[in-house]
Amino acid sequence: MRRYDVLKKIIPIIKNHFVVCNIGLPSQELHYLDDQPTNFYMLGTMGLASSIGLGLAIAQEQKIISIDGDGSVLTNFGTLPTIANNNADNFILLIIDNGSYGSTGDQPTYAGKKTSLSEVAKACGCENVVECSAEDTASVLEQAINSDKMTIIVSKCQSGNVKVPVIELDPVVIRHRFMAELVSRNSKNQS
Amino acid sequence: MSVSDTIVSDFVKNKVEFITTVPCKQLADVIDKIEKCAEIYHIPSNKEDEGMGLCAGAFMGGKRSAIIMQNTAIGVTINTLVTLTQFYRMPLPMLISYRGEVGEPVACQVEMAVHTKALLEQLKIPTYHFHRESDVKEFDGILKHTFMSKKPVAILTDASFWNGY
Repeated sequence: MRRYDVLKKIIPIIKNHFVVCNIGLPSQELHYLDDQPTNFYMLGTMGLASSIGLGLAIAQEQKIISIDGDGSVLTNFGTLPTIANNNADNFILLIIDNGSYGSTGDQPTYAGKKTSLSEVAKACGCENVVECSAEDTASVLEQAINSDKMTIIVSKCQSGNVKVPVIELDPVVIRHRFMAELVSRNSKNQS
Repeated sequence: MSVSDTIVSDFVKNKVEFITTVPCKQLADVIDKIEKCAEIYHIPSNKEDEGMGLCAGAFMGGKRSAIIMQNTAIGVTINTLVTLTQFYRMPLPMLISYRGEVGEPVACQVEMAVHTKALLEQLKIPTYHFHRESDVKEFDGILKHTFMSKKPVAILTDASFWNGY
């Protein structure tokens, strides 16, 4: 299974949750599969999906799922100790690890070689780290959501991309509709 | 009231509830006071671009956020400032220690100091320079201006402002 297939399989699980999606093809594929106001697409800034997701999770109560890639986590390695030391049980980091920089032509990453991102996450102090196959990702993600524990999932899948259009939504529109939906859900929780 | 006390009090007054920091000797006192402030969630970052990601998330989650860092960080964060903070129109007060100005003992800091204002100007980031202790009285207004305009705003604070370090 490639990342596109993993995303397709987890759509029913994530569609009612707030998602921060990694730059490039992951965001484009998610946008193509199931555009939602609850999706925050990163149009630039490689590496920060996990940091944005953690900031969101700390600031409010809704569950936040950051969909990241192995290349992006390698770019922002400092994020893992920050996540480990600032627990937010409404935060899930799903690293779709295809061992390659997918958006730039599938150049291999070190995560596809000797470096284990799940071991790195554990060494950084993350307590709930699950490495799983692409096929098991949907059920592992569902368990993580139900556990109400901050969880890092490393989903090992094949490299390769699907041809999808670029996102033409204005960044301010993406942000505005995401924030409006977040305010609406949080106010419903309080009423 | 020390400048650090005024800065923390202005953050609280303006409902800034989420602050990330990357340390600098000049900023040690203000960071310490933020850590102890019950109204502010203090989250140290390992790198300033990571911190800007955290601030973007907190802002979208409904909490006003700010970053405290050294001017060397401008070199680290240009891409994030442009493609995240500015592109998505998010407010971000950046309290910056302006190392490399008069009184600086470390020569290498001057190398970045000479580029700091030029880079901020190139990025069209509103920039304020605190040189005297009394300049701190502008901080409250600058915070209000930042959240009104939804822009990253730089407050450069030099060694004279901090009375050395």
